[in-house]
Amino acid sequence: MISFENLTVRYGDTVALDGVTGRVADGEWLGVIGPNGAGKTTLLSAIAGLLPSAGDISICGDRAAVLSRRQLARLIAYVPQRPVLPPGMTVSDYVLLGRTAHIGYLRTETATDRRVCQEVIGQLDLRAMARRKLGTMSGGELQRVVLARALAQEAPVLLLDEPTSALDLGRRMEALELVDEVRRERALTVVSAIHDLTLAGQFADRLMLVVAAHIVTAGPAAEVLRDDLLTAHFGPGVQVMMTDTGEIAVISRRLARLRAPR
Amino acid sequence: MTATQRETARLPAGQTEPGQDRRSLLGRRRDGDRRTGRAVAVATAVLVIAVLAGVAIGPAELPLSQVLGALATHLPWHPHPAVSALDTAIVWQIRLPRVILGVLVGSMLAGGGAAYQGIFRNPLADPYLLGAAAGAGLGATIVIVSGGNMALTPPAAFAGAAGAVTLTYLLGARTGRGSGTAAGSNSTASILLAGVAVAALLTAFQTYLQQQHTQTLAYVYAWILGGLSAATWSDIWLILPYVAVAAITLLAHRRLLDVLQVGEEEATSLGVNVTRLRLTLVVAATLGVAAAVSVSGLIGFVGIIVPHAIRLMAGPSYRLLLPVSMIGGAAFLVLADVVARTAQAPAEVPIGVITALIGAPFFLFVLCSRRARQDLS
Repeated sequence: MISFENLTVRYGDTVALDGVTGRVADGEWLGVIGPNGAGKTTLLSAIAGLLPSAGDISICGDRAAVLSRRQLARLIAYVPQRPVLPPGMTVSDYVLLGRTAHIGYLRTETATDRRVCQEVIGQLDLRAMARRKLGTMSGGELQRVVLARALAQEAPVLLLDEPTSALDLGRRMEALELVDEVRRERALTVVSAIHDLTLAGQFADRLMLVVAAHIVTAGPAAEVLRDDLLTAHFGPGVQVMMTDTGEIAVISRRLARLRAPR
Repeated sequence: MTATQRETARLPAGQTEPGQDRRSLLGRRRDGDRRTGRAVAVATAVLVIAVLAGVAIGPAELPLSQVLGALATHLPWHPHPAVSALDTAIVWQIRLPRVILGVLVGSMLAGGGAAYQGIFRNPLADPYLLGAAAGAGLGATIVIVSGGNMALTPPAAFAGAAGAVTLTYLLGARTGRGSGTAAGSNSTASILLAGVAVAALLTAFQTYLQQQHTQTLAYVYAWILGGLSAATWSDIWLILPYVAVAAITLLAHRRLLDVLQVGEEEATSLGVNVTRLRLTLVVAATLGVAAAVSVSGLIGFVGIIVPHAIRLMAGPSYRLLLPVSMIGGAAFLVLADVVARTAQAPAEVPIGVITALIGAPFFLFVLCSRRARQDLS
């Protein structure tokens, strides 16, 4: 379980998170939504311990402030929005980086580390590409490679910052289905910032709406993806619809047409 | 559940792989290790040839048998070849110290360059990036223009190099702090910029001192150009401890240099204390480079060209790159020195000219090769 209380992050004079409080249950997928600059990435980075922050963060029963980098990395695997992908590095070497927190400081990887990487590479269907260089791969393939590195960490918590922002619609669905599959298999707790509100509602168990450094609300998709909330924070061009299959879809509408007489 | 329980808990394994694939993928790492072993063996063979050439070739045209005989005279239970005392002295007191110093200096310049390129993820990084050359130059110039004991030049150059890098690091880390993340991603750029400023400042002092003392201009200029012509055994014993500590520390961290290649934020999220790791590596590289330049002057080009040539030939992993760069840098500098002292014998060509003359075309050749085009595409 993850919980944070009175979490505050400042960039100089700018307050990026203003005393927010929340919790994520074991095995839950929390989708963090909100307009640009609301503080979604800051929230994820702060939970991952990558930003100086005030307030209490607790991960799996331990206060994050007292954990070493290595201990934290065994609890949280973090995938940034734009991961650095050294073009000359091979897929298998990149996935092996995920084992860093399990390998002794000046030691080299063990047979266990290699086995874990091999299992992850197999699970994400990357076996045929294991020796390819990252610079030769497509966006969708790279998304799987990055996820493989995160899974190789064997951490119970997975933080994903906009995991689908660089992908086309089909690849977005594939990537999120994959995350859903592995989180169920491995009983992972997932926190992801997602721009696409429809996908966020489809995949996350619960959504947290962050606006201007504050959490506006958190709850099931039906409670958060409401016309009044979304138009208040995303603008009047946003409309919530229900599909034939009972799923919530958030679409955009041209303002000019909304205003035009019918 | 506590962190400890979580750490020890086995997560459900992924799907089972067919045995054939398991073997091939587990073997992948062993392939990588074998590849590193092969590259180290090839580089070591080249180094042995370079060392033999360095000892065998010189203005006094000694036959190879005489050189080997002279070398043997200092071995335990050696045969007693008929070698004159003069030939033995030429080999043991002139050529061998020069060759061994070339090995130590070349390995530190190339190893330091490779380490800096990895730490700062900057392909233009060289061992003098953080002001080591400017500081060493200033230290040596102060001793030379003051007419003091010339034996103080190496310690002064060492202190100048180490002092300049310390100043750069303190200024850069201080400027970068508070403006970025916990991982300190802004401090890397701040340190590099501080290095530019510190180097410019110290070079200005050095140039001023040099111009104010025209009677020692030639000495200062010769020191700045660098070279191995004044090598003695005492130089070797002087720098050996620093070189050993630097080499062992850098080599021990070569896997972590690979982790740094995903950037400071991600390396931090993978469990690395980036600030501490970077400081450890900078201290080690600086010790080695400062020791090297303190006795050899400012030999350029080795620290940037050797790691890049190795990277283009053998790939970007620092597990292979760092040891092979060190061995390759040693071989390269010894060979360059052989050319420097024989091309216009008895006069010597500045070794920096040779390292550029040999290194640049070789580097361009490697860069244009098919393998390199694949790597860069």
